[in-house]
Amino acid sequence: MNGHDKSATPLLRLTDVNTYYGQIHILQDVNLEVYPGELVCLLGGNASGKSTTLKTILGLVTPASGTVEFAGEEVQHRSTSYRIERGMAVVPENRRIFADMSVDENLQMGAYLRNDKAEIEQDRERVLELFPRLRERLNQLGGTLSGGEQQMLAMGRALMSRPRLILMDEPSMGLAPLLVEQNFQIIREINEQGTTIFMVEQNANMALSIADRGYVLQTGRIVLEDVAENLLQNEQLRKAYLGR
Amino acid sequence: MDNFFAQLPQQIINGLTLGAVYALIALGYSMVYGILQLLNFAHGDVFMIGAFIGFGIMSAMLSTSAPSVIIIALMIVAAMIGCGVLGVVIERFAYRPLRNAPRIAPLISALGVSFFLQNVIQLTLSARFRTYQTAQLIPGSIGVDLGTARLSGVRALVIIVAFLLMFLLQYLVRRSKLGRAMRAVATDKDAAAMMGVDVDRVIMATFFVGSALAGAAGVLNGLVFFRIWHFMGFNAGLKGFTAAVVGGIGNVPGAMFGGFFLGFAETFAVGFLSPTFKDVIAFVVLIAVLLIRPRGLLGARLVQKV
Ligand SMILES: Nc1ncnc2c1ncn2[C@@H]1O[C@H](COP(=O)(O)OP(=O)(O)OP(=O)(O)O)[C@@H](O)[C@H]1O
Ligand SMILES: [Mg+2]
Repeated sequence: MNGHDKSATPLLRLTDVNTYYGQIHILQDVNLEVYPGELVCLLGGNASGKSTTLKTILGLVTPASGTVEFAGEEVQHRSTSYRIERGMAVVPENRRIFADMSVDENLQMGAYLRNDKAEIEQDRERVLELFPRLRERLNQLGGTLSGGEQQMLAMGRALMSRPRLILMDEPSMGLAPLLVEQNFQIIREINEQGTTIFMVEQNANMALSIADRGYVLQTGRIVLEDVAENLLQNEQLRKAYLGR
Repeated sequence: MDNFFAQLPQQIINGLTLGAVYALIALGYSMVYGILQLLNFAHGDVFMIGAFIGFGIMSAMLSTSAPSVIIIALMIVAAMIGCGVLGVVIERFAYRPLRNAPRIAPLISALGVSFFLQNVIQLTLSARFRTYQTAQLIPGSIGVDLGTARLSGVRALVIIVAFLLMFLLQYLVRRSKLGRAMRAVATDKDAAAMMGVDVDRVIMATFFVGSALAGAAGVLNGLVFFRIWHFMGFNAGLKGFTAAVVGGIGNVPGAMFGGFFLGFAETFAVGFLSPTFKDVIAFVVLIAVLLIRPRGLLGARLVQKV
């Protein structure tokens, strides 16, 4: 845990990022880092700017100032597809499954930028082993899956690009506690197999139980940052987010 | 009644021919709507440009000794490429800058493009009718007699080419990576971008393909119905729009179905009722569908978009 090498280059680094929607200032001087191999979570209440942070990282919104570095390269002015090509993948808020496509086609969409057929097939196999439910439903339309199944599909789809960094937006949303626990085990497994993960969550307890480090976002500012164990003990965070 | 059955086979052939042309036009209408929720009112004029490109090639080549097959193939290919490029240019300059504007803005821009294309042709080539010299390419003697009906060479050509193009399109949309990307962009642009899809390029490709089909339709229409002029796109656009709505706009098999539905409806109305009904029938069909099944006969939910 928290065993990243501080001398290494972060895989992802946001420096003094400010993001606006029109006139509304959302992210205010956000700084954060994710090192290779880490599982880092970003905690915060509703409307604190968590999804906006992910959208800024992905290039779905452009920051007014500040830099987004990915694998040592400034990408804040690059297109989303460029960033995906460089190795980002995302499990978006509300999953964003392609409702009119089959489960299999959704997985293929995850591998959109790849051409190595044989290896795509290997990764598909790996995903289907991780989520056997998906194998039973390969030809079912994405839109007809249950919420839990859609979450699995969204994770599988992200894995299909063989990413260096997976960005996850509230993977626990709308899932029963048991399923949340299962999914978080899988997320940890994926991380242990070498994929770096940056996860946005409101379920702080759950997220911190598998994360190495965490940041806390409040109305667009990072107000706390620490290793997961310390955050779990933190009184301030307890009161604000863990609800006890 | 005897008369009806005697005429039926010929009317079916005519309906197929007209339907094939409408289907090709409707496809581009529908694909663009599926991906941008934009009614591309300039689409009929792209069809008109295709008719003129084909006409130009034909006029230039009839005096040479090139075989008809080559001439026809060149007419179709040139119209498809020319219109495809035109569609891409229209998207780039008339629609893309308005992508985030209120929905009325690109509609007005589309009307502007439509007038622009009509006027370009009117000013450069005059407002005269031109006539495809089909008989010099495909002699009337070529054809098959089927009892009371006759499938002329040119009608066979139109039907075969249209079906071939629709088959290729269906393959592209359903099986290819580009087609998958088109469907993804049509359902959720941001989600498609999050998979690494270059959304602008996919939109360009959609315009290219849809406009190329309109170009092919322009040539096929010219070959089988002969007369072309700068204002023909207005009517064609209305028919294409109607066909697209009949099938459920935004949906590929729906546009094909709608095209043939309208083609048959018009042909039968003309053949069995009176020729005066030809252009009225499209509106009757459009209004009936909008009243009874606004999502189109192949309702949008059931069939996939784009
Ligand atoms: N496209 C937009 N235009 C204008 N305001 C927006 C837009 N998207 C988000 N916002 C606003 O930005 C703020 C932060 O939104 P964001 O989605 O980042 O919150 P969040 O932390 O992800 O919340 P939640 O936990 O509810 O998902 C909110 O007040 C929201 O209303
Ligand atoms: Mg959010």
